[in-house]
Amino acid sequence: MTRGLGRPPLVLLVPAGIALTLLLVPLVSLLVVTPWARLPELVASEEVLDALRLTGLASLSTVVVCLLIGTPLAWVLARVEFRGRSVARALVTVPLVLPPVVAGVALVSALGRSGVVGSVLRDATGVVIPYTTPAVVIAHTFVAMPFYVLSVEGALRASGERYDAVAATLGATRWTTFRRVTLPLAMPGVVAGAVLAWARSLGEFGATVTFAGNYQGITQTMPSLIYQTLQNDRETAQTLSIILLGVSIGVLALLRNRWLNAGGTTGAGA
Amino acid sequence: MSNGLLARIEVPGRLAADVEAGAGEVLAVIGPNGAGKTTLLTALAGLVDMTGHVEVGGRSWTDPPLPVRDRRVGWVVQGQALFPHLSALDNVAFGLRARGVRRSEAAERAQAWLDRLGVGPLSGRRPGALSGGQAQRVTIARALVTEPDLLLLDEPFSGLDVGVAAALRIELAAHLADFAGVTLMVTHDALDALTLAQRVVVLDDGRVAQSGTPADVAAHPRTDHVARLVGLNVLAGPDGFTAFRPQDVTVSTARPEGSARLRWQGRVSGLTPHGDAVRVQVDTRSSAGTDLLADVTPEATAELALVPGAEVWLTVKATAARTYDRGPDLRDSP
Repeated sequence: MTRGLGRPPLVLLVPAGIALTLLLVPLVSLLVVTPWARLPELVASEEVLDALRLTGLASLSTVVVCLLIGTPLAWVLARVEFRGRSVARALVTVPLVLPPVVAGVALVSALGRSGVVGSVLRDATGVVIPYTTPAVVIAHTFVAMPFYVLSVEGALRASGERYDAVAATLGATRWTTFRRVTLPLAMPGVVAGAVLAWARSLGEFGATVTFAGNYQGITQTMPSLIYQTLQNDRETAQTLSIILLGVSIGVLALLRNRWLNAGGTTGAGA
Repeated sequence: MSNGLLARIEVPGRLAADVEAGAGEVLAVIGPNGAGKTTLLTALAGLVDMTGHVEVGGRSWTDPPLPVRDRRVGWVVQGQALFPHLSALDNVAFGLRARGVRRSEAAERAQAWLDRLGVGPLSGRRPGALSGGQAQRVTIARALVTEPDLLLLDEPFSGLDVGVAAALRIELAAHLADFAGVTLMVTHDALDALTLAQRVVVLDDGRVAQSGTPADVAAHPRTDHVARLVGLNVLAGPDGFTAFRPQDVTVSTARPEGSARLRWQGRVSGLTPHGDAVRVQVDTRSSAGTDLLADVTPEATAELALVPGAEVWLTVKATAARTYDRGPDLRDSP
């Protein structure tokens, strides 16, 4: 269809080819070298089942926590004028660029046994957070929430305050307006943000290992298990990777239609 | 006038206006773009910060300040403001539900209003599946179903096809006649003001330039904007305004004989068809202080070679012009 414009120039085609190769070769290699015959046996092993269960639990919990506290934060950033709003907005984006292992160290500093908050918590209630399943969810939420908040805030700002004003003239309180007007109109952004947060949580490794450790059945998620296995059994690590790859692609395929529809208005977090 | 609207509204840099209207009255708000018309409506609704006072139906909305949701207003904004994710019925029922009416009763009353506005069968449709005229009917139903004390219409017919707007104008007139509250209607259309309103307020540059009955304002325009709306030429002079109709203006290419006082020289700046005639707009700003309009026959247009840029003289017989004074008190003019 672009024939009339002339041939695509090599100066663009060659780098494009290199980029595509770079993205495809590792994935294809993984498919080629994986010992497929061992897949059923591996999937059934207790260690893998534990890791899969924990990965699912942690990623879904992360999405739920984002929905419950990330949505209100996005609303406040989009709708409430206050001093320091731009600072707050900038802070939300920090975990996006923070190396995950640094995020883990920061979490240890705050919530670790002798951390700023953690020591107080331990003295007062005896509760210790690190190396527990909740620690996994906290680490995942820390790194995934910015994706969610930015996506939802973008959607809230795109839908504008116009409908909020109309709802107010019709006698609605802000809470009613949020429930019945603002949130439904921002739903594509909520879905996109939830998918981004879920995907970020699924692959999370650095912050989790640093803050929550790598204990089977308690804090060992699939990425942690793969990393541990890779040290002495590369074949198994490859097979486990295939499982995680399959899960990611499966979910992406399921959500693809939704993605494409929502992409135009809610790309803020991407 | 304790049942009506009594307001003094100041929005710094945008508006300083006194407005009053009796219960059941329709007040048309006209004026050029940027005159403060929409600001006036949004201030009454409580959506912009203002100083002054607003009293509706004997109750103050400003002392203490009442939040938007507790002001009993119906708001019909220009363009699409229906909730896009709700059906027509749910849009209309929204205000009732928000004020605590039970679901079934709200649906019943909403359906009744949709029926009254002739869009009852479309109650299940979302706004995206409605035409502009249908959507505006739903918007009006949504504003009226809550029985507001103050109905704010911001260019209710803008963006509609001429035929659709005409039909809706007639229907709206019937509903407004039954409406017990005060209606403020921003409009760009002289027809709206003349057919729907009992009173007219002309805003210019954030101030009330004129107010009165539609007939009075149309006959004695005090701003260029209103003069254009009603198709009159209006000149401001030291002892008042002089108004005359475009068809009473004579156009000539040579300097006219005699010493008529109403005589101006200028250049043709535009020609548009106007009924059977051609309406000639002449840039007479240097001699008259404003552009003037003259209606001439198509034959005369050709004969005089009237094209944009042509130099012409305009004259009006003194008997065809009316002179009226500035009117000292704009607020209380009848």
